[in-house]
Amino acid sequence: MRRAGALPYLLILPSVLFLGVLFVVPLVQTALLAFQEGGTWSLGNWHRMADDLNFQDAVVNTFSVVLIVVPLQCTLALGMTMMLRHVQRGRDIILWVWSIPLGISDLAAGLVWLAILTDQGWLNTLLFKLGLISGPQAWLTYETPMVLLAGIIVAELWRATAIVFVILLAGVQLLPKEYEEAAEVFGASPWQRFWRVTLPLLRPSLQTALILRTVLAFEMFAMALALGGRNFPVLVSEAFNWQYGNQDYGVAASYAVLVMAISIAATLIYLVALRVPAEQRA
Amino acid sequence: MKKAAPFRRSFAAALAGLLLGAAAWAPAARAEELVFLSTQLRPIESAQKMRTQILAGAPVPTNFVTEQPPQLGVHVRAEAQAGKPVSSLIGGLHGELLPLAGTRNLAPLDDVLGSLTNRQINPAMLEAGKLGGSQQLYIPWMQATYIMVANKQALPFLPAGADINALTYEQLAQWAGNIQEKTGKRLLGFPAGPTGLMPRFFEGYLYPSFTGGVVRSFRSPDAERMWTQFRDLWKFVNPNSTNYGFMQEPLLSGDVWIAFDHVARLMDALSRKPDDFVAFPAPAGPKGRGWMPVVAGLSIANGAPAAAEAAKLIEYLTRPAVQIETLKAVAFFPVVQVEMSVDLDPGLRLAADAVAKMGAAPDSLVSALPIGLDQRGGEFDKLFMDTFQRVVLRGEPPRAVLDRQGEAMKRIIADTKAACWAPDARSDGPCPVE
Amino acid sequence: MTPVWRRGLLWCGVAVLCAWTLVPIYLLALGAFGGREIVSQWPKPFLPLGLSLDTVGAFLAIDGVWRATWVSVQAAAMCMVLALLLGVPAGYALARFRFAGAGSYRLLILMTRAFPVAILALPLTVSFINLGLYDTPFGVALLHAVLAVPFATLVCASLFQGIPAELEEAAWVFGCSRFTGFLRVVLPLALPGIAAASIFAFVLSWNEVFAASVLTVRHRTLTAYLLSVLSESPLHVQFAGGLILIVPSVLFIFLVRRRLFAMWGIGNR
Repeated sequence: MRRAGALPYLLILPSVLFLGVLFVVPLVQTALLAFQEGGTWSLGNWHRMADDLNFQDAVVNTFSVVLIVVPLQCTLALGMTMMLRHVQRGRDIILWVWSIPLGISDLAAGLVWLAILTDQGWLNTLLFKLGLISGPQAWLTYETPMVLLAGIIVAELWRATAIVFVILLAGVQLLPKEYEEAAEVFGASPWQRFWRVTLPLLRPSLQTALILRTVLAFEMFAMALALGGRNFPVLVSEAFNWQYGNQDYGVAASYAVLVMAISIAATLIYLVALRVPAEQRA
Repeated sequence: MKKAAPFRRSFAAALAGLLLGAAAWAPAARAEELVFLSTQLRPIESAQKMRTQILAGAPVPTNFVTEQPPQLGVHVRAEAQAGKPVSSLIGGLHGELLPLAGTRNLAPLDDVLGSLTNRQINPAMLEAGKLGGSQQLYIPWMQATYIMVANKQALPFLPAGADINALTYEQLAQWAGNIQEKTGKRLLGFPAGPTGLMPRFFEGYLYPSFTGGVVRSFRSPDAERMWTQFRDLWKFVNPNSTNYGFMQEPLLSGDVWIAFDHVARLMDALSRKPDDFVAFPAPAGPKGRGWMPVVAGLSIANGAPAAAEAAKLIEYLTRPAVQIETLKAVAFFPVVQVEMSVDLDPGLRLAADAVAKMGAAPDSLVSALPIGLDQRGGEFDKLFMDTFQRVVLRGEPPRAVLDRQGEAMKRIIADTKAACWAPDARSDGPCPVE
Repeated sequence: MTPVWRRGLLWCGVAVLCAWTLVPIYLLALGAFGGREIVSQWPKPFLPLGLSLDTVGAFLAIDGVWRATWVSVQAAAMCMVLALLLGVPAGYALARFRFAGAGSYRLLILMTRAFPVAILALPLTVSFINLGLYDTPFGVALLHAVLAVPFATLVCASLFQGIPAELEEAAWVFGCSRFTGFLRVVLPLALPGIAAASIFAFVLSWNEVFAASVLTVRHRTLTAYLLSVLSESPLHVQFAGGLILIVPSVLFIFLVRRRLFAMWGIGNR
């Protein structure tokens, strides 16, 4: 480890100032708002939040999506990364195609999947042509909650796997070939090489990817709104409903603080579970 | 450490350059034209017609900006708090402008009104434009309401003896039930999605028709019966209803044969296929045919950068010819007396007739938009939607839900001290939840 | 498994994943170019027959779309620059130094990512108006940078961590200063990753809706502008709007694909 001195502080100073002014100050304002009502300290906002019709659904929905989507995305992205390593011709085109969803907002992605999953959409057309259904079918209603959840998961998988993929790929490119070559020399099968060599070396990237992806998954909502309408409340959509629809900033602030607490907890879990030495030699 | 200096220096220089550049940029936000901020005519096609047709002939260059209703207040107040309003003219519904009056963001318009000669503005609407005070705070701009539209294929299934122009909710349920029986599909639809206007159906149509009130009778036995009956009716409602924002689309695609919605949100179906659809008044309940006319008004922001221009624009938009132009372009009805021309397109004619029949019905019961709820209007709407979700979608017992939601309503009313509005009987002080 | 089989399987997998990405966009494009009728058409076509430019054309002719696009580009570019200026040094500090406060700094960064930042737009609105930043692309960029800086910092930290410190130390031995050593040795190695981080920043700003809606009136970013018109527009217009949101991102990623690709190149070195 280097002699620290003043340099690291100078390096982080601009971002600390920046985040202090634009993040910490308004954050404190928001947190105060969550615990105050009519100018006095109160848990009223929290009671209103917890009492609300959609609160439980929002918690359950949010966690179902995150817990299902994030592991699937990591697996898929790892698979894509490993596949790309074995591709020689047309790599940059494949890389481009696979990275496209990276640039797609959840608003747009919601519209894409709405076009597919709506009653008279392309999914039903396909099922119809295969003879599985006899006419337009409604999938995204309160009567079909599992299909709705599945639809949102598929859409989320489509939209946000690319970000994990790119982070992992950026990590893979830094892995020295020597380790794997050595493993190959010692007779390790490709499968063993992946589990014993590549994956452990990828841990820093995996950690970054998991943290970013999980936190973002907790913030997902335009998609849920586009596909689920009123039927699929999630925590952040409730925060925005209270903020913009009901104009109750206190409850919205409580939701925001709750989302933050959950995200921080998740982040800490990853940090501990995937502990990376401060300076892992890749 | 010394050696790191060039890096730091160039970094600092770059940052400084960026900030300076930004500073030079900021004044670009100067007011070069009148900004007209409106919660009305948000749908892209309406907004486009507003810009290219209606405002094309305006006396002042206008930038027409739309905003979601709940954000209007946030927007205007934030601008005012900083002392530098950007928006001059504000267009919104009565209930959206009211909270802005409470926070003194609206300039008095008595002078402007005085200059509006040779047009007859509906006097009741003008009175409402004072927002309960002595000064004119908005000038009526246009009006609309909610009606029902049905595909002609649905007509053979009307219950025997039912007159489509004098339906009851019971007959509506039978009608939709007949359709489901014969076609196997649930073809009645409501705009109960996140951008739909379903709360207005409860506040202005269902509650008044069944209980003769909204707040006072919120948890009355009548209300309990109403919700039970509505839950039965919902068995024939297309389950996609909780995703619908505008009923014109499911009507056009045939997903829905009978629908309730705002006139402007049905217009596309009516004007594109006037021969396929009929428009008719909302149904009646035991207490009458509840319906809700909606008035949009024009206000000038306090301290507006272009107040004089905004006044000119008000004068322009309330001219009878422009009001007719507005009707033709975006299907909002005039608030001043006009010669109804005969060359209305057939779809518009259908809608206009349905509205006229609803107003002229012997059991017509006019409801007002919620008044005096200030910022809590959204929460008030949520209360009805929550009740709907609990009773109808989740099948909870109406009595328990109404008691619970009644407490929430009491809290909103107590906080805002809102007095009763039509059709509830007048109250001295806050409207009681009986 | 013989190598031929393995190659075949690999290419099948690649093809499936490409289709998985592209087909949904293709279907949205059919919706966008299908005109008004496409929404109510059943069964829907899978082939591009009877295309019309009406919806997309009408959409692009809407007042303000182009201006909003320009605002979006400005805001996203500024957000990208801010993210790099602040994120690269901070990421380097986190990766290379152990210093008191590093833990708290990391926590600050993570907290930023853990909070629905758009909600902060509200308390910020008033200060922005006072500073003259309200309704300007720079104001939007500042808030978007709150989202992007932590991204960039984390990605850069993990990148720099992956570059052996010995390389850098060797450069110092050969007479490089810390700065020139960073410039000549670390930066080239990390550049593809940094490019990826800046794409994140750009795209993040391009796609963010809520803060942008709250902080602007007339100078809306494209996404904020579309949100205000799309949420209440007919479905075929929504399809067109969705496609218009997607196209620039696709093009942008196409333009930088060589940078993305370079990530691979280094691994093979």
